[in-house]
Amino acid sequence: MGDTTVDRTGKGDLSLVALTKSFATFTAVHPLDLTIEAGSFFALLGPSGCGKTTTLRMIAGLEDPTGGRITIGDEDITDTKAYQRNVNTVFQSYALFPHMTVVDNVMFGLKRRGDKDAKRKAREALELVQLEQVATKRPTQLSGGMQQRVALARALVNRPDVLLLDEPLGALDLKLRRQMQIELKRIQQEVGLTFIHVTHDQEEAMTMADRIAVMNAGRMEQLGDPATLYERPSSTFVANFLGQSNLLRASVLGSESGNGVVRVRSHDTELEVVRDHLPQGVGDVWLGVRPEKLRLGESGGPNRLSGLVRDVSFTGVATQYSVEMPWGQELTVVQQNDGTARARLGENVTVSWAAEHGFALDASQDAEAGAELVDDRG
Amino acid sequence: MADAAVLSTGSSVAEGRRRRNWVPYALLLPGLLWLFVFFVVPMITLASQSLQEGNVDDGFVFTGNVAVYGQALTTYWPQMLRSLLYAGTATVLALVLGYPLAYFIAQKAGRWKNVVLVLVIAPFFTSFLIRTLAWKTILSDNWVVTDWANKLGVTSVLQALGLTANDSLLFSPFAVVMGLTYNFLPFMILPLYATLERLDPRLLEAASDLYASPWQTFRKVTWPLSLPGVVAGTLLTFIPASGDFINARLLGNTQTTMIGAVIDSQFLRVLDYPLAAALSFVLLVIILVLVASYVRKAGTEELL
Repeated sequence: MGDTTVDRTGKGDLSLVALTKSFATFTAVHPLDLTIEAGSFFALLGPSGCGKTTTLRMIAGLEDPTGGRITIGDEDITDTKAYQRNVNTVFQSYALFPHMTVVDNVMFGLKRRGDKDAKRKAREALELVQLEQVATKRPTQLSGGMQQRVALARALVNRPDVLLLDEPLGALDLKLRRQMQIELKRIQQEVGLTFIHVTHDQEEAMTMADRIAVMNAGRMEQLGDPATLYERPSSTFVANFLGQSNLLRASVLGSESGNGVVRVRSHDTELEVVRDHLPQGVGDVWLGVRPEKLRLGESGGPNRLSGLVRDVSFTGVATQYSVEMPWGQELTVVQQNDGTARARLGENVTVSWAAEHGFALDASQDAEAGAELVDDRG
Repeated sequence: MADAAVLSTGSSVAEGRRRRNWVPYALLLPGLLWLFVFFVVPMITLASQSLQEGNVDDGFVFTGNVAVYGQALTTYWPQMLRSLLYAGTATVLALVLGYPLAYFIAQKAGRWKNVVLVLVIAPFFTSFLIRTLAWKTILSDNWVVTDWANKLGVTSVLQALGLTANDSLLFSPFAVVMGLTYNFLPFMILPLYATLERLDPRLLEAASDLYASPWQTFRKVTWPLSLPGVVAGTLLTFIPASGDFINARLLGNTQTTMIGAVIDSQFLRVLDYPLAAALSFVLLVIILVLVASYVRKAGTEELL
């Protein structure tokens, strides 16, 4: 897209300092501190009503914060109007102007700033999203996926310091969504702008983002890259909201120095967990293991539990088992379809895992937090 | 057996469809009949009447006298022009007054929406005549409005523009245009409200997000999207206002006579039916031409 692209970026990181939004009866966003690196693909992930969209709207200038500051580089934009900010949004509803052609929609922002080269830039932006052939059509004549790309081009063409995406793929069907995820990531890497993507879809966030902030009830639960969030969740909410987790109640028995492994006791069984995966100074914990880290049989590692296979569901690439423990809890085990023997319903099996595959969380939290939200995702 | 069953269902479906095809036409019939009896027939009668000659005592005879149209235009063009001017001014005023109000009701009134809408329609509960007579009181010389207008120098400005005379507001072009504006304002507000109500506020946010100031957002998004309402509102105001004969009679003077009053008096007092009919047709054609060119312009979004 030309050299101008590169010049505009790197204006600076976006910083939110104690950003707060309260309405009459509730607080949508509790004081939020967050720095988003320039040029990165950042995701705000959380269930509906967690405050992620409100945060996005405050960055866009469409919502006035109750407190706190927003800065881009050295520039404080907290008190500027939406139209004065070098920030653009791809709206969930696309919000394309129905009385204008596609290319006029894309030129809208450039024209408001008196850009003489608006037409050429708009054409280039449409090329980037592979829609140059529909430039003179009206938005209503296009499919949902195409409208989505027009909305993206309309925001991108302005080369904003920050590009905000509000659940932009929510209205698309699954196949198109996957395709657009890859497309969005490609475009972001090509133009090098800072993207902030709001979504409730954990898979979407993990596929696309360099870094993710998980939000819940107006607060940021955890911030990190997708792998860290998945492997080392810091709360039961994150453990359940990002993928599935088996959480076992356990008490810490004390450290066995030397190999960096700590022994814990869960339901009369001694188990091991890597010390780095254990919160400091906590006696009672939830010991978490992801379903795909569990192995049927004893090959998984030194941690072993026995139970009864209650449910088997074969999905092709993998088989998911529900294994009932003697104390009634059911563990979910996902085993790759790698040709090893499969367990049968009603069979007694041993489940095993390695010490480094477990993570421990403070037991004062609700083990079900975030889990109930997984099912009703749109 | 199975085939026969399929066939018979097929034919009964086709039959049902054929029967249903008649329903829209049957429903149209009363309306078409109404239009024929009360619009088409009178129009033809009026057209033939305009080409007749004679008087009430001896009766009228069809002579194909086209000259009456020339007479109508040469004698009454000032009233014709004045009607269009007054109606046009009243329409613009109604738009200027009605647009912000309609916008407010549609986008900002919230739970007060229905209350304000009722207030807009409330004047309709009293008769047109009484409402116009009320303006006679409002603008009368010994009422506060004239008093204040004099004190604030409004009257002198209006007088300088030739819209009023003798330090009073009543019986002047100003009073007539005020009356027209007031009486037809709801016809402007309601269609504007209907389009502005459907205006998606997210589009306004998008415009603001794309660097459009509030004024630019209005100019580039709100206004073009409300054009259907603007066109409907201006037509609903302009057309009846240009044919109105009450406001000019009650609030005006001999110099503010509008074409509606001329037609009225030709029909009912002078009893020159051919001239009255010819005037009606001239007015009809002028309005049709104006409206057609206006709608064409509005369609290409070049309006204003």
